[in-house]
Amino acid sequence: MTINEVQDQIIEEFSQFDDWMERYELLIDNGKDLPPIDPARKVNDYLIEGCQSKVWLYPEFDGTDISFTADSDAIITRGIVSLLIRVLSGRTPEEIMNADLYFIDSIGLRQNLSPTRSNGLLSMVRQIKLYAIAYNARVNK
Amino acid sequence: MIDVDRIRSDFPILSEKVYGKDLVYLDNGATTQKPRIVADTLTEVLTRYNANIHRGVHRLSDIASEEYEKARETVRAFINAGSTDEIIFNSGTTAAINNIAFSFGERFVNEGDEIVISALEHHANIVPWQMLCERRGAKLKIIPMDDNGVLDLKAYKELLNGSTKIVAVTQASNALGVITPLNEIIAGAHSNDIPVLVDGAQGIQHGVVDVREMDCDFYVFSGHKIYGPTGIGVLYGKRKYLDLMPPWQGGGDMVKSVTFEKTTYNELPFKFEAGTTNFPGAIGLAAALNYITGTGREAIAEREAMLLEYATTKLKEIEGIRIYGDVENKISVISFLIDGIHQYDAGMVLDKMGIAVRTGTHCAQPVMDRFGIDGTIRASFCFYNTTREADLLADGVRRVKEMFL
Repeated sequence: MTINEVQDQIIEEFSQFDDWMERYELLIDNGKDLPPIDPARKVNDYLIEGCQSKVWLYPEFDGTDISFTADSDAIITRGIVSLLIRVLSGRTPEEIMNADLYFIDSIGLRQNLSPTRSNGLLSMVRQIKLYAIAYNARVNK
Repeated sequence: MIDVDRIRSDFPILSEKVYGKDLVYLDNGATTQKPRIVADTLTEVLTRYNANIHRGVHRLSDIASEEYEKARETVRAFINAGSTDEIIFNSGTTAAINNIAFSFGERFVNEGDEIVISALEHHANIVPWQMLCERRGAKLKIIPMDDNGVLDLKAYKELLNGSTKIVAVTQASNALGVITPLNEIIAGAHSNDIPVLVDGAQGIQHGVVDVREMDCDFYVFSGHKIYGPTGIGVLYGKRKYLDLMPPWQGGGDMVKSVTFEKTTYNELPFKFEAGTTNFPGAIGLAAALNYITGTGREAIAEREAMLLEYATTKLKEIEGIRIYGDVENKISVISFLIDGIHQYDAGMVLDKMGIAVRTGTHCAQPVMDRFGIDGTIRASFCFYNTTREADLLADGVRRVKEMFL
């Protein structure tokens, strides 16, 4: 599936629920299902500082694609990062760099995107894109 | 006795819906909602006599200046200061503490001197002093607290010595709600001729404050935490200190005469009010204080004590709740965690139920560090809250537990 196909799939999953509580329950389920990160990667080098919850994001590059594993001490944040991983993990640096993450808006996470919001969604997206730029530069050197 | 239905009808925002649910506003420690009279007063200033104060010769400027000075008198009376010369308007608690740290520091603090603050302080009563210490080569000393957030007065007395220049403490902890023993702190400092600054950001709205009876040397608070507008605050200082302290910021209104060679500063309180002040805010604040006086400060304190006790009991019935700062002498703030659940998760879900609480470190990271946690859930009540809202909070916490555990 392409990045946009996965985004559309997520949008459809969330569109089943009108109620905010139910959407958050789905996010929480996603958070609980996030595959665990290698504990050795839960170190400051991979920490994205949000104000209120911690997120560890670890990238691996096989020369073609970047894959990500992640964890957070808050489950909702883990749910959010799990969606980002579903959309962006296993993609080429270029795909990630060019990705337009419209699903964030569509499923109502936009309110969490402003720079002062505490869950660090913006920082997560920025960090993922930065990794993509860095690996892309390495490939094209 | 407070007629809570009548009171709530004075606060239009309390009938708002969030996510289609009744708003349960329990974040009063961060900012309080405004009675209609405050909004109306701001509208009146802006639509009927907006003009720069103390500057114009024209009628509107006269009215605005007069209302602004009446607001100063309202504040003076509210905290029972001796003179309006001792009441300085600024943007809020943070500005007030920065002003004192700078101006007092310039005049009185030198290398090797010491500043005493407490372990309960929020960042606004830590960082300005750290900056002062760095500037002047002074040292910051901290009054320690116990596991319930109660300050250690014995340790405090041992901190005071000939090098101590000022003691700056909060009236109540914003993160825990614990009230500080101001009488003992002020008496201890004064017996060593040391002035005391009381940070009233979490104190002024919860009961009667009389700065002369308290005998503090400085008292500061923010308008928005006592039902007034945002961006207006008060610095009270005893004249004997304010007279000796140099201005903090330079500009209009704080000067008598300016040439390029020398500037003569204006008298108190204008010396500390550089530039065009937030006069609509000051006049709006006076409206809020009059509203509070009309409601009755004793009645407010009584109702808040009842709500605190009720909500604390309700929360304690839930298994796995840990309350931080669970002591008798508290403002109506409950800081807690639910075992096994991150405070951010709890806050996000409570929000979706229409319940507004604050989560995180409450701008008091050292307090959290003291307990080895990285934040709490804070429910802060005030007199317009209800026991039903406390029930909704407890129900919400139960729901959170079901969702995450």
